[in-house]
Amino acid sequence: MIWIDTVIQGVLLGGLYALFASGLSLVFGIMRLVNLAHGDLIVMGAYLILVLVTLLGLSPFVAVLIAMPMMFAVGWLLQKFLLNRTLGDDILPPLLVTFGLSIALQNALLEGFSADSQRLPTNALTTASVDVGPITLGVMPLLTFGSAVLVIVALNQLFYRTELGRAFRATSDDATTASLMGIKPGNIFATATGIALVIVTIAALYLGLRANFDPNIGPARLIYAFEAVIIGGLGSLWGTLLGGIIIGVAQTVGAAINPEWQILAGHVAFLAVLLIRPRGLFPRVND
Amino acid sequence: MALLQTTNLTANYGDFQALFGVDIALNEAETVAIIGANGAGKTTLMRSIAGVLRNTPEAVSFDGRPIGTTPADEIMAQGVAMVPEGRKLFPSLSVEENLLIGTYGRKTSGHWNLTTIYELFPILGERRNNPGTALSGGQQQMVAIGRALMSNPRVLLCDEISLGLAPVVIKDIYKAVPKIKEAGASLIVVEQDIAQAMAVADRVYCMMEGRVTLSGTPDSLSRDDIHKAYFGAGH
Repeated sequence: MIWIDTVIQGVLLGGLYALFASGLSLVFGIMRLVNLAHGDLIVMGAYLILVLVTLLGLSPFVAVLIAMPMMFAVGWLLQKFLLNRTLGDDILPPLLVTFGLSIALQNALLEGFSADSQRLPTNALTTASVDVGPITLGVMPLLTFGSAVLVIVALNQLFYRTELGRAFRATSDDATTASLMGIKPGNIFATATGIALVIVTIAALYLGLRANFDPNIGPARLIYAFEAVIIGGLGSLWGTLLGGIIIGVAQTVGAAINPEWQILAGHVAFLAVLLIRPRGLFPRVND
Repeated sequence: MALLQTTNLTANYGDFQALFGVDIALNEAETVAIIGANGAGKTTLMRSIAGVLRNTPEAVSFDGRPIGTTPADEIMAQGVAMVPEGRKLFPSLSVEENLLIGTYGRKTSGHWNLTTIYELFPILGERRNNPGTALSGGQQQMVAIGRALMSNPRVLLCDEISLGLAPVVIKDIYKAVPKIKEAGASLIVVEQDIAQAMAVADRVYCMMEGRVTLSGTPDSLSRDDIHKAYFGAGH
């Protein structure tokens, strides 16, 4: 029974990693941009929610609703006026610029909030649990996993049921031909990054409610996000959820064997999947 | 006044100059054919008109407005749609989605919509849910033409729509041209197939090495004139 519980906790933890990774997957899928500042943007989102909670006395679940459009605007402007300028045949400029952005964000957060670790205020809901037969599940992990599934369902609906989704896919296929359809690729990319930062804000909410955060933890979140995206297959949203689950289960199983193996087990699972399926579990056909 | 016009249009790819002062005009309800051998500059001319390649403002004008520096998406929104060379369908979109994406930047009511496109090319209706790139070359060309028509353009630029297709398929595709014209669009058709171009065009421009070397109505041009303009006097 302990093992079943361990695996279920791992699956639920995978939901958090999938939330970390979905925005990264979205941006990579549409514009082949690897955003090395993604983890730091998650941390920035957590601080933004914290500020709203502190200044306005809101619940984190209400504060996140205010933070989401703000983060959308940040993402839109960041892409439109900075990252779009780095896109092209050379993959190096976006890597260098987002690496620089990552360092700038970390230092700005350090300057603004100090190195002290913070946490979003919890309430009864965040510590509640439900019994499912002999297994006890935390409400927060369930909410996190449910949010991850909802985010991925919503993104799939957006991609395959809306005009904007068609424009995303067309621009991803061929930006020049897309412009002949009246699409402005620069605006499409900016909208995609805006949406990615909305997802980042949701991830930041659960990050801040489940654990402490400080300005320096962004790069580790980026690694988990990367691993989930690569395991799932670059650009595949459901693959990203599965990638998150694989890392989450590997971590909880590793921790059950030996607590020191938790993080290592996630990375080993990532390497094992790469050895068997170098392009991930669900690679895009036209990549 | 011409509906669409280029004036002293030049184009460069880095140090290589592809067009040298090209002047062409397209009048309302007219079909103009641009013929020329490989490398004559026909596709560069189309890309310059469509806004993929930028120029000086006055080098291209549409409906009396300079559009030489206007981005491709805005030119499309004004009513100039392009069927690009090589069809360039979007692999991740189905046939129907490829058609629908053609209305993204310009939603005007007019003759062309999904129903009329499926009437023009019935096979596309049967394959509407297939990936666009899973179709035969001819069917893909039909999707590319349909996609451009979906915006009900005032000017349709067709770049080498017969390229790589079997003669019987080319005949089928060219059957659509009079219907497109009837529905109100003016066309510029770039072709290497001289006979096909002559059959549909009201006027013809022949290009060689980035310059217009001959122009006139199909009836006014002799076979010998076209041969010289197409291949050069030495041939």
